[in-house]
Amino acid sequence: MAQEQALAIGPLGTASHDSWVVRLRRTAAHKPVGAVAAIVLLFVAVVSALAPITAPYDPLELAVGPSVGAPSMRHWFGTDELGRDLLSRIIWGGQISMTVSLVSVFIGKGIGALLGIMSAFYQGTIIDKAIQWLTDVLLALPVLVMAMAVVAVLGASLINVIGAISFTLIPSGVRVIRSQALSVMRNQYIDGARAVGAGDWRLMLLHVMPNCFAPFIIIISGSLGTAILAETSLSFLGLGVPPPFPTWGGMLSGGGRTYMTTAIWMAFAPGLVITFVILGFNVLGDALRDTLDPRLRQ
Amino acid sequence: MRQYVIRRLLWGLTAVFGVATLVFLLIRVIPGDVAALALGDDAPPEAIAALREELGLNKPIYEQYVSWMVGLAQGDLGLSLRKREPVVQQLADRWPVTFELALISLVVAVAIGLPIGVLAAVKQDKPFDHVVRVLAILGIGIPEFWLGTMSIVFLALWFHYSPPLGFTEITVDPLRNIQQFMLPALVLATHQLGGIARLSRATMLEVIRQDYVRTARAKGLLEGRVIVQHALKNAMIPVITILGLQLGRLLGGTVIIENIFSLPGVGRLTAEAIFQRDYSQLQANILFFAFFFVLLNIFVDVMYGVMDPRIRFK
Repeated sequence: MAQEQALAIGPLGTASHDSWVVRLRRTAAHKPVGAVAAIVLLFVAVVSALAPITAPYDPLELAVGPSVGAPSMRHWFGTDELGRDLLSRIIWGGQISMTVSLVSVFIGKGIGALLGIMSAFYQGTIIDKAIQWLTDVLLALPVLVMAMAVVAVLGASLINVIGAISFTLIPSGVRVIRSQALSVMRNQYIDGARAVGAGDWRLMLLHVMPNCFAPFIIIISGSLGTAILAETSLSFLGLGVPPPFPTWGGMLSGGGRTYMTTAIWMAFAPGLVITFVILGFNVLGDALRDTLDPRLRQ
Repeated sequence: MRQYVIRRLLWGLTAVFGVATLVFLLIRVIPGDVAALALGDDAPPEAIAALREELGLNKPIYEQYVSWMVGLAQGDLGLSLRKREPVVQQLADRWPVTFELALISLVVAVAIGLPIGVLAAVKQDKPFDHVVRVLAILGIGIPEFWLGTMSIVFLALWFHYSPPLGFTEITVDPLRNIQQFMLPALVLATHQLGGIARLSRATMLEVIRQDYVRTARAKGLLEGRVIVQHALKNAMIPVITILGLQLGRLLGGTVIIENIFSLPGVGRLTAEAIFQRDYSQLQANILFFAFFFVLLNIFVDVMYGVMDPRIRFK
């Protein structure tokens, strides 16, 4: 009985038979700030995803309001120098920023995780050494500089920005997952699977990879803020998804900077949204890490 | 300790060698002809051919690689495609700006972040602690480009002040130099400052509950001495770790900050090189950032070894 209770303790209650709603509620009660961050992010994601319905105006339509118009009942966040509605542009810009960050984090960390597992699996061999060396080399470049270089070579487009940010996220993924995979490899069930004839890829994909899931979720949630920052920074520098598509970073660098002292709302609103989203991802990442990492749970 | 430093230097050398190889490959994987891209659509074919010859793109790839590496060893990375000056000369002109910006930011981040983090831990759950915790998490979340832009706006609107643009060497006019760097360095330091404050608070909370701190108190030492002499050194170790991890963000941030505050450093030169398709300059700048990053990391690692004997003897 005592053992059952002990197993049921813990934010996710992995051993209990509660429904996922109950477990989610318990996790939220345990990490209220993380829960608020999740709700804010979910709100931003849903509003952006439903942009055709939620955005009051077409983000590309010119002169829907006055040029450099102040916030009003018709245009809550004001209008830009071409008379486009800023709220609509922020909502549509959210689609790009959220898509870029989610997709690039999954691609970058996914490739990083695969390489990390391979590196651990072939520990001490030339494959391990090559992956480790490449990781060292990529870690010797600041993320933004590396992303800028990749976009400079390939050109600015949605796909290339995703590729550039994914590329920068690979090395840290390799490091974290390799260390987890090394400890998984020491388990007897790996020897058991090998003894019954499982091949290298089967062992890696079916036995090692599922046991690296918790750190994978931790690094994914911890990197979303980094990816949003990288995307908005690239857009700010003019290297993001090219105009006329609205991007949060781009809104700050174009009219946002030109009119920053006379029409402060043009730079204020998009910057505030970026800050909230990055903060949200950081707080949520911390909460998930505390919840999923058994050392921190204690 | 010497062996530890040599090991880190060797790591740095192999990392820079690897980056040099990546940078070499960089302009060779560009879709299309790099010479045609650099000169634009309406360039005459003769000019494109001449540039291909100058860049050595007609030679076999292994010959290009060897001459690139030999050039790098001799400090010769070719001419800028736009300014027709050695790219190394451009870097030599610009690096002091980036170096000073990064250095002041690091100093500001540590000089403010560490004491407020320690003080917040000492005054746990008091108003000061709550304020530090909120400010630290805000500092970590606010992007530099927004904070930079907003600081210019609010200083101009509320105090009618704008930081002087450009760069004056510290030896020529120290006061003007400080005026030019103070605001950009503060903005750039915000992220590191928040991280250091947060981590030093967390570590300090752990350390001040250790037995040796209790023993120091039991001996009758003053609280200030207990904190500074007994707790702080052990609380510093994770702070140095996070400093190392955040250096990349700091250096990447110099690109943004130099563009916002019109500081003529390597970050701004990099953005210019990208827009002007000056690939020779871009290669050199990426190498510069890698070299600077590796050097700073080695410095942080050595500091780590100095603070924690377990590291240098591992």
